[in-house]
Amino acid sequence: MGLINKESVKKKMGSRIAANGFAKFLFILATCFSLLVLGVLIYRILTEGLPYLSLDFITNFASRMPERAGIWAALLGTIWIMAVTAPVSFILGVGTAIYLEEYAKKNAFTKFVQINISNLAGVPSIVFGLLGLTIFVRLAGLGSSVLAGGLTMSLLILPVIVVASQEAIRTVPREIREASFGMGATKWQTIRRIVFPAALPGILTGTILALSRAVGETAPLLVLGALAYVAFVPENLFSQFTVLPIQLYNWTSRPQEEFHMLAASGIIILMIILLIMNSIAVFIRNKFHKRF
Amino acid sequence: MDITINKQLVQKGEKDQDFTPVFNINNLNLWYGQDHALKDIKFDIPEKQVTAIIGPSGCGKSTFIKTLNRMVEMVPIVRMSGEIVYRDKNIFDPKYGVEELRTQVGMVFQKPNPFPKSIYDNVAYGPRIHGIKNKKVLDEVVEKSLRGAAIWDEVKDRLNENAYGLSGGQQQRLCIARCLAIEPDVILMDEPTSALDPISTLKVEELVQELKKDYSIVIVTHNMQQAARISDRTAFFLNGEVVEYTDTSTLFSNPSDKRTEDYITGRFG
Repeated sequence: MGLINKESVKKKMGSRIAANGFAKFLFILATCFSLLVLGVLIYRILTEGLPYLSLDFITNFASRMPERAGIWAALLGTIWIMAVTAPVSFILGVGTAIYLEEYAKKNAFTKFVQINISNLAGVPSIVFGLLGLTIFVRLAGLGSSVLAGGLTMSLLILPVIVVASQEAIRTVPREIREASFGMGATKWQTIRRIVFPAALPGILTGTILALSRAVGETAPLLVLGALAYVAFVPENLFSQFTVLPIQLYNWTSRPQEEFHMLAASGIIILMIILLIMNSIAVFIRNKFHKRF
Repeated sequence: MDITINKQLVQKGEKDQDFTPVFNINNLNLWYGQDHALKDIKFDIPEKQVTAIIGPSGCGKSTFIKTLNRMVEMVPIVRMSGEIVYRDKNIFDPKYGVEELRTQVGMVFQKPNPFPKSIYDNVAYGPRIHGIKNKKVLDEVVEKSLRGAAIWDEVKDRLNENAYGLSGGQQQRLCIARCLAIEPDVILMDEPTSALDPISTLKVEELVQELKKDYSIVIVTHNMQQAARISDRTAFFLNGEVVEYTDTSTLFSNPSDKRTEDYITGRFG
């Protein structure tokens, strides 16, 4: 008793409470700053882009005349690229994650692989562009095609999908795996019927978020030789293509004011696509959220 | 060859052994890394009786029961020696697959661990992984198992609801039903009531009494009253050794070892 001086505790009380309030204020300030920037951005894009936004803008090809220009080729190009990227990255990513989590022995080598996967997630996208150019465009002779672009994008988002899937698989409790093994299930049956379904919501959320990153990427496809001016839609996997961000980049780099407006309209479309994809991710997460 | 092993064991077994053994455990040793967790375990587990394993925390009782269906091998650093003979077959024989063993020796765990699936799918899981697809057969197995685990009346109207909506006690009985659905020979229970309230505990205990007519049951419990209430034979484990193993009434009324007496009278543990 008497080790604590009640008087000094009382004296310090005021400054502790003040610091508490100050901390709260700081965090609100940080949030407001980001919200403000986002608000300004959205306001600017909407005021510039809305006047040009119409059905024609979506269904027209790019043109030298701003009033006739549209994003049809870029929009379909983006969809084609996603159609290649989504299945390839999902299958490879989830497969890798299942191997690393369920089968691989925890030794120095797998640890090394693990660290490298995490590092790859942070490698600049242009590096993946160069990799794709070397392997898919030149070595495999695919040219600047939808297939080459989609595969390059798959490589880009693969590490993110692997890490997200691993996290999801790790949240499946040991108890329910044991229950499955305890009934004589094989490892594969346990993975297929218990672990994978339980981890799927987390895996899908991670995959969709990674895909929406790919939708917005420009650099790797520029390196691959995606075209900036395209007046046709891709017909098959070996067609040339452009995507939305490249089209937008092309428009913003032109001197005429009207093209800047067009770019703003394109950004609205791109943001709507991203918003839809992220909403799907949130929906899946909430709907299939598992309580263990 | 396996049968001769069995006969020898029966011949040199203790005097009070007048039962058909389902498991013969012979000089079983187990190490976690350097930690010698089970030391020269040697006893027989009877058919269609309840065998209780009691002992203080860390005495190896959970480790032991998990050895009987080889679940203990999920710990990577585990090493074993000796043999466990299950109905004339050494369970460590590489020719005897671990999946085959576990379809005969089912397990109920400490914490209720239903799958995040419907009640029906939980019970049908076992038959399904063993290749039964016929809907009619599955329906019958599910009903029979849920009745067997005394939970049918509570869940028959909501078989398609998620098992996580059940209470803890119901979940544990569902796990027992899930275990019955593979029609095992032996049921291992690892402290099945430690996470349950007294009423659910009572229901599970009554269920165990009911089940021993058809199944051989091994139950680990840290609750001595429970062991006294429901078991026919009791093994007292201490520091990885079997101190005493005999019928339950003898062990609790007239223990032959001083350490058993100290434990059951609450002097330690």
